[in-house]
Amino acid sequence: MNRLTSLLGAAVASLALFASAASAQQITGAGATFPNPIYQKWGEAAQKANGIQLNYQSVGSGAGLTQARNRTVDFGASDAPMAAAQLEEHKLLQFPTVMGSLVAIVNIPGVADNQLKMTGELLAEIYLGKITKWNDPKLVEMNRGVALPNLAIAPVYRADGSGTTFVWVSYLSAVSPEWKSTVGVGTSVKWPSGTGARGNEGVAGTVRNTRGAIGYVENAYAIQNKLVSTQLRNKAGNFVSPSHETFLAAADNADWSVPNFAANLVDQPGAKSWPIVSPTFILLPKDPKDATRAVNVMKFFDWAFTNGTKLAEELEYIPLPKAVQDAVRASWKTQIKGPDGRPVM
Amino acid sequence: MSTTLLAGPHKDLAAAGQLGRRRKRTDSLMFWLAMAATVVGLLFLLSILVTLFWRGLEAMSLTVFTDVTRPPGSGGGLLNAIVGSLIQTMIGAAIGTPIGLLVGTYLSEYSAGSKLGDAVRFVSDILLSAPSILIGLFIYQLLVLPFGGFSGFAGSMALAVIVIPIVVRTTEDMLTLIPTALREAAVALGAPKWKMIVLVCYPAVRSGLITGALLAVARIAGETAPLLFTSLGNLTWSIDMTKPMGSLPVTIYTYAGSPYADWIALGWTGALLITLGVLAINIIARVVLRQRS
Amino acid sequence: MSSSTASAVSDLAATRGSSASTGDRIFAGLCKGAGIFVLILLGAIIVELFIGGWPAFRTFGLSFVWGANWDPVAEEFGAIVPIYGTIITSILALLLAVPVAFGIAYFLTEISPMPLRRPVGTAVELLAAVPSIIYGMWGFFVIVPLMAQYIQPAVIDSAGELPLIGWLFAGPPFGTGIFTAALILAIMIIPFISATMRDVFQTVPPVFKESAYGLGCTRWEVMWNIVIPYTRKSVVGGIMLGLGRALGETLAVTFVIGNANRIATSLFGPGNTIASLVALEFGEAEAGSLKLSALLALGFILFVLSFIVLAVSRVLLRPRAGQ
Repeated sequence: MNRLTSLLGAAVASLALFASAASAQQITGAGATFPNPIYQKWGEAAQKANGIQLNYQSVGSGAGLTQARNRTVDFGASDAPMAAAQLEEHKLLQFPTVMGSLVAIVNIPGVADNQLKMTGELLAEIYLGKITKWNDPKLVEMNRGVALPNLAIAPVYRADGSGTTFVWVSYLSAVSPEWKSTVGVGTSVKWPSGTGARGNEGVAGTVRNTRGAIGYVENAYAIQNKLVSTQLRNKAGNFVSPSHETFLAAADNADWSVPNFAANLVDQPGAKSWPIVSPTFILLPKDPKDATRAVNVMKFFDWAFTNGTKLAEELEYIPLPKAVQDAVRASWKTQIKGPDGRPVM
Repeated sequence: MSTTLLAGPHKDLAAAGQLGRRRKRTDSLMFWLAMAATVVGLLFLLSILVTLFWRGLEAMSLTVFTDVTRPPGSGGGLLNAIVGSLIQTMIGAAIGTPIGLLVGTYLSEYSAGSKLGDAVRFVSDILLSAPSILIGLFIYQLLVLPFGGFSGFAGSMALAVIVIPIVVRTTEDMLTLIPTALREAAVALGAPKWKMIVLVCYPAVRSGLITGALLAVARIAGETAPLLFTSLGNLTWSIDMTKPMGSLPVTIYTYAGSPYADWIALGWTGALLITLGVLAINIIARVVLRQRS
Repeated sequence: MSSSTASAVSDLAATRGSSASTGDRIFAGLCKGAGIFVLILLGAIIVELFIGGWPAFRTFGLSFVWGANWDPVAEEFGAIVPIYGTIITSILALLLAVPVAFGIAYFLTEISPMPLRRPVGTAVELLAAVPSIIYGMWGFFVIVPLMAQYIQPAVIDSAGELPLIGWLFAGPPFGTGIFTAALILAIMIIPFISATMRDVFQTVPPVFKESAYGLGCTRWEVMWNIVIPYTRKSVVGGIMLGLGRALGETLAVTFVIGNANRIATSLFGPGNTIASLVALEFGEAEAGSLKLSALLALGFILFVLSFIVLAVSRVLLRPRAGQ
């Protein structure tokens, strides 16, 4: 019995030691699923670089906003930009951190990677259930030279509410007035047709398994798993393939001068722009109770802007243009005020 | 064989033979169908175990037990998930088992056909099979929303609620099996009722009670849905009960839906670990029970 | 050995001495208090779910229950699609599971040689011990590709062409969908139903069976004509218990149901169950929003459904325990 007690005591003591070590320089965040992998990577690297330990929960933008509002985390993360009124009401500063892109993936026998040409309008019609066969005249006309079979189209979407869906339907709404009026934009919507699958893996798996399926996934995933993606026609009328070049072109052409950095990068002008690019946002309380933690959050993202570019690109994210990063830093200096009313940084 | 020599009713041997063959055929058919059904059931179990081993061994290594979860591409293990699961399961069982024990004792020793006893038994049976996602939502309303955050504590509470009816059922079943002679002997020696229960009855069915607790632990170790809404999950090392806490099922859920091959492989490893743990507990519990009874 | 004798004996003990009765009073109070706590717990669950769902009920009224529109963007919520999905997957699961469970119970009680009984019985019960998230993953990574590549195309091409029932098997072979979810659920509830059936079959007095065998009945005739009629009520109770479990399963269904907020006519079409809808959309629902309240209202409806089914099952099963 004595040995047991001393063993238990040792276990408790070592756990306590762990606990105290863990709380040093820790910042907590919660929200968006889209940037979760890169935030985790940055967190790991930042801890080695400047000792700031990030604890990020990718619980979904909705839950993240709730936690940011209730100040139960140091920052919230959202794939969708918040309305200005909401930001005012909850005293949150919104800034972007990184951008990601979506691609459409297909499973059509005989069609190779980046061979199929699509437009946003056609995608919308497919997901609305109006185009139901791959050899529909509209698709055939766009793809002369590709043998499109007489196969039913099986649209696949994300079953779980997510930022990925938000970006996808933002694009569909931008290019299709009918989509905008019937279905609209949100992290989860009322899909008129098709089937849902859980997570990126679910969508990719279902597309892989179903002949004639079409789905949307984060670009990182498509590349890493060598999925068959499609070209898209951008606003300038050119068919572009998903690549680093086309993503950056979209980012460069974006108009960041909008309030709260809520730039809409979907369907950007520019000869080479990829149409489905979107930033993801951080929500930082403007009146943090603990100034040190707020400073640590800003230090973390500052480090990420300066040193985290390579990591982001490895995971197929698109770093923010330098001008935007500087504008974000400026907003930290002016907007985040400590309990004494003075700027924290 | 001449049947015409006999007078009166007699068996039509041809028809009887035909009927007999048909009955035999039906019996035979049902035999094979029942065999087939059993084989099908066993095949599913085999398929699950084979899939778990085949996919789960891929990422299995010592790092799974020594390293915390890391971002995709950085390797990592499942230590924080395992520890989080252990902590929440232990605390959930520690809170739920005594309560379940007392309720089971009440039902077996004190209620004796009263309306209250019947109601408690009924409610306990309902809770036993109630969807665990609803328990999670309930604790979310009670312990997460008012306090503004997810916590390992809320997760443990949700698990405790699931434990209670399991322990109630096994306790009551065990206690009613105790021979009256044992109780009479204790009382005849002058023991008050509560001493009879605690000092005589409980030890008499100790292995059954332990089995009940073990089965409850096995059940909550694999629960995901209640933890999704209460302790949420944590991909960093944390044993702070007032903050979100990681657990193996939730981590598996997160990893399995992600786009990263190494995360998915680790998810399978975690699934293998949980299943092995749960099956081991079940088998041990049964062996313990059988030895004693 | 019944509890009434036990308490009679122990009540005798309780009448001695005042010091004994203090200890007894405390302990008895603790036990009774714990019992009442369990009652309060159930009440609290019902109440909390209702309170959480009240904003949704208030906004949409009773039409929430049969509203067909689940539109998070327009903030319109109606529960009929997940309710339909929950009921249909559970009933389909029962249709698939009951014959197999019955076959297993028949095998284990009548046919199997004695040395096989325990290991096979334990193996079947281990199916019940496997956590539901494992079923979800196995279902998605093993069963779904099988369905998508072999089974569904074959059925769609054959049965889908039949005149009257062809529409039941129409649609693209996603592999996921209502039927796949029902299949996974069926595998999950087989051990519960078969364990109940086994327990119940073994309560038939041997003399009934022996007389039947004595008259020359085959094993199947004994089962069909003696055992099943004797245990019919409890068998139905066991089936209802399986139904109660199937109604509330979350993780196993979430991976394979396809989350579509429309009622598909085809068995291979996507759908939604209450539990999977709540699990999938919870993360994107803000606290205090109408969507969260709609999800909690759905939880309340699920609880009512499960409660009814489990209560009926209990009424059918319990008398057996007193035997």
